[in-house]
Amino acid sequence: MRSDLSLMPETKEITSPEQASAERWERETLEPVLKKRPERKRRFETVSLDEVGRLYTPADVEGIDFERDTAFPGEFPYTRGIHPTGYRGKLWTMRQFAGFGTPEETNARFKYLMAQGQTGLSVAYDLPTLMGYDADSPLSEGEVGKCGVAVSSLADMEVLFDGIPLEEVTVSQTINAPASVLLAMYLVVAEKQGADFSKISGTLQNDILKEYIAQKEWIYPIRPAMKLVVDTFEFCTRHVPKYNPISVSGYHIREAGSTALQELAFTLRDGIEYVQWGVDAGLDVDEFVPRISFFFNAHNDFFEEIAKYRAARRIWSRVMRERFGARDPRTMQLRFHTQTAGVSLTVQQPLNNIIRVAVQALAGVLGGTQSLHTDAYDEALALPTDKAALIALRTQQIIAEETGVANTVDPLGGSYFVESLTKKMEDGALDYFDKIDSMGGMVEAIEKGFPQREIQESAYQYQKSVERGDQTIVGVNKYVMDESDGMPILVINEGVRDQQVQRLERAKARRDAGAVSNALEKLKRAASDGDNTMPATIEAVRAYATLGEVCDALRDVYGLYEEPAF
Amino acid sequence: MAERKIRVLVAKPGLDGHDRGAKVIARALRDAGMEVIYTGLRQTPEMIAAAALQEDVDAVGVSILSGAHNTLCPRIVQLLRERGMDDCLVLVGGIIPQEDITRLKEQGVSEVFLPGTSTEDIVRFLRERVGARA
Repeated sequence: MRSDLSLMPETKEITSPEQASAERWERETLEPVLKKRPERKRRFETVSLDEVGRLYTPADVEGIDFERDTAFPGEFPYTRGIHPTGYRGKLWTMRQFAGFGTPEETNARFKYLMAQGQTGLSVAYDLPTLMGYDADSPLSEGEVGKCGVAVSSLADMEVLFDGIPLEEVTVSQTINAPASVLLAMYLVVAEKQGADFSKISGTLQNDILKEYIAQKEWIYPIRPAMKLVVDTFEFCTRHVPKYNPISVSGYHIREAGSTALQELAFTLRDGIEYVQWGVDAGLDVDEFVPRISFFFNAHNDFFEEIAKYRAARRIWSRVMRERFGARDPRTMQLRFHTQTAGVSLTVQQPLNNIIRVAVQALAGVLGGTQSLHTDAYDEALALPTDKAALIALRTQQIIAEETGVANTVDPLGGSYFVESLTKKMEDGALDYFDKIDSMGGMVEAIEKGFPQREIQESAYQYQKSVERGDQTIVGVNKYVMDESDGMPILVINEGVRDQQVQRLERAKARRDAGAVSNALEKLKRAASDGDNTMPATIEAVRAYATLGEVCDALRDVYGLYEEPAF
Repeated sequence: MAERKIRVLVAKPGLDGHDRGAKVIARALRDAGMEVIYTGLRQTPEMIAAAALQEDVDAVGVSILSGAHNTLCPRIVQLLRERGMDDCLVLVGGIIPQEDITRLKEQGVSEVFLPGTSTEDIVRFLRERVGARA
């Protein structure tokens, strides 16, 4: 990397022809120009505040071997993608995250999005659901249906997927602490539709580690929560083999303020932790790891993001082969979903967000994502309106079908800059792995507050950088305008809670109370004996035990997580 | 009279766990020389008001992104007033639609800060408003 001439070492070690010619260019061509016209800034940096060089040349990729490190798509180490044909065979899945209000309203939004050409579904649940409380809990007041759809029992889930064939449509569910319960509800709805479990495909987020690290929607202490995750691995491997029981997520780590490198490192190290727990529970890596999927952020810094995705694939394939002895190529292929960076959206001049989203989405595509959510322009104000959600989907369709970027595989492969940045990401992530391994693993690192502190520090440094004006945010710290308000936003009807509580009461009145309490007792026994909790969870939700009741049963056995102060 | 440091309670009510904003603000206020107490996550309005009284703070900064502001913020104000904290400022930061801002202010919220606000603006606001009362 050539960034600052004054920092160039005086004494030269053995120089390669590539270095020698780069130095000649600096001396003969660059220096005279810099004397006449200095550059705009002393330091150019990414949105992660990482320095970027002026020019990248063959000298920057000298340590990178094509066959070993870059290679061909569809082959180890998958730097260039997991499919030999990239998007020429199949485009990424356009999967817009949606959910608000009642299950009826969200069901209608799903059907609208599918009618507009969306190819997969993704459910956003409200905060009570995410925290394992029913709509009628006092803690749910003011929160029901606000930032996602409210689901308290199977009765809600039946409405949510009414008319949506779960054997055919892949559904992603963003749910973590109570994920096993929502998976159980989903499977019972599928069963009632007559679906064959062996054909059901879709994804459960179920990534509890990043909750302790970043998003902080936890219920139980870390270790029993990890046990619940392993239960879903075991259950799905045996009974729902096409389903992804986890989506190891960097998205929330990044939204909480991490750098791109921290997002990459902590997410993959979380992935390693899940694999290790699965192996320790007696699962075969080549049996369950192929169904582990990932989820990354697409932030503003275009090349940094692309390098992050390419590095993620390379690291994962090597770790699976070298650390876990994987033999099946599918175990080594990192598949991921991407969402554009919600945190980058501005309240100011909100239509500018359409452009941000388009560029971020393009990075996800050039990085080889398997599926993509594009944020709506009004999301710094509220949940998206129909119109905003539609433009977000159209953005993906334009990238896919008008720009030509999907015509060739990994078009940026071989770029001196992108390859060098990919290597830098890989090296940086491996350094973080060493640190976390030396603490005993990711669970121990979280207990020590390590990733949490790293992220807090980065978030603060970024804020300071924006306030100094080093990082530009158009409309916020540059090109600021006086704005008259008046953009229509989605308003959640305050009556959602009443409607949900009524449905909950009806479901409770109809159900067989004995069957519910038997199933909940069985669940508690499974939890305290260390048995797989999925069969009892399914039995409970089938009997219309509510989400809150099932989670309470597990709270009784496992206790609650208390965040240490750091 | 020795100058008393401005004391602020940074609070995160409701079920939401997104604490990036709360933590950045807490640190920025501390760096500006204020005494900051952070409540931690999932505090009820009752817990927040009790902490504000116990810590004898000049202001409560409420971070809220979940849409539950119309339920939670007025109750925090009301509970503070019931406990005799008539002068305690209540600042709200988060994703708050424009029409709700007007209503929240009518209900006693001192100011609402939206995404993109500079921490320096919040520091200045607190110095002016708390300083003016001293």
